[in-house]
Amino acid sequence: MTAHHPTSHTAARVRRLEERLIAAGLTDDAELDGIITRFLAGASPLNGARIVARAWVDDDFRARLLTDANSAIADVGLSMRSGLQEQRLTVVANTETTHNVVVCTLCSCYPIGLLGPSPSWYKSEAYRSRVVRDPRGVLAEFGLHLPEETTIVVHDASAESRYMVLPRRPAGTDGRTEDELAALVSREGLIGTALV
Amino acid sequence: MTMADPATRFAAGDRVRALSVDPSHHTRLPRYVRGQVGEVLDVQGVWPLADDRAQGRPDPRSEPVYTVRFAAHDLWGEGSHWVTVALWQSYLEPVGTQERPEEQ
Repeated sequence: MTAHHPTSHTAARVRRLEERLIAAGLTDDAELDGIITRFLAGASPLNGARIVARAWVDDDFRARLLTDANSAIADVGLSMRSGLQEQRLTVVANTETTHNVVVCTLCSCYPIGLLGPSPSWYKSEAYRSRVVRDPRGVLAEFGLHLPEETTIVVHDASAESRYMVLPRRPAGTDGRTEDELAALVSREGLIGTALV
Repeated sequence: MTMADPATRFAAGDRVRALSVDPSHHTRLPRYVRGQVGEVLDVQGVWPLADDRAQGRPDPRSEPVYTVRFAAHDLWGEGSHWVTVALWQSYLEPVGTQERPEEQ
């Protein structure tokens, strides 16, 4: 994708910043490692998949998930409190007529605890600038060709809420267990760049 | 900019305009919605104002944050999709008949 590799440059900048903070006596390596370990511990798209599977089998859970996601996800043992402050979670449901897709145009806001670390394309300027303007074209580049009549809603995570898509349950999955259903859900399905 | 009103100024269904501003400091009012009119869908609760936090103000103001839905055609002159953006209250002004004089 990119001709240069920005990751090492960013890592070096972050390390310089950490060293300045440590030198100023504001933190130390152990504290920083602890924060990052706690933040990433268990961060995985399997968490988002479990939430989706529960919503597919439990209408009451689904209704609460769409109105108060932070309290609903406690049912499956999850929370949005892994960071420095609890983040608000908004879950948006795909329907027969509406497809949702998530972006952060200003930086890279993302529900890491529920989806794991974000893919590099999610942080790319190309995705961030283009998906709000031409979501149908961008989704087609991901291999997702939506019918013309489908309404697309792009959610820009520009403030303190993090967004997750609730995909539609695939046809022909009656009688599957919650675990079997969770195994069908991909990270891209939770961002909205793929169907499930 | 006026002092932030901690009371919730807008409700779902209200039409609001994102301010057409270009501050010298960090803001989380995306440029592509500045000056544009959208509809409030939801109130996301009260959160510290990102602009104040970024400037290191010791006591950042807190304001309601709204989910505001914009039509692609208004933003880009084309397209049939919608874009929702989360915006702090002081980024928004009322539009037309939705103005509520009793709260001014």
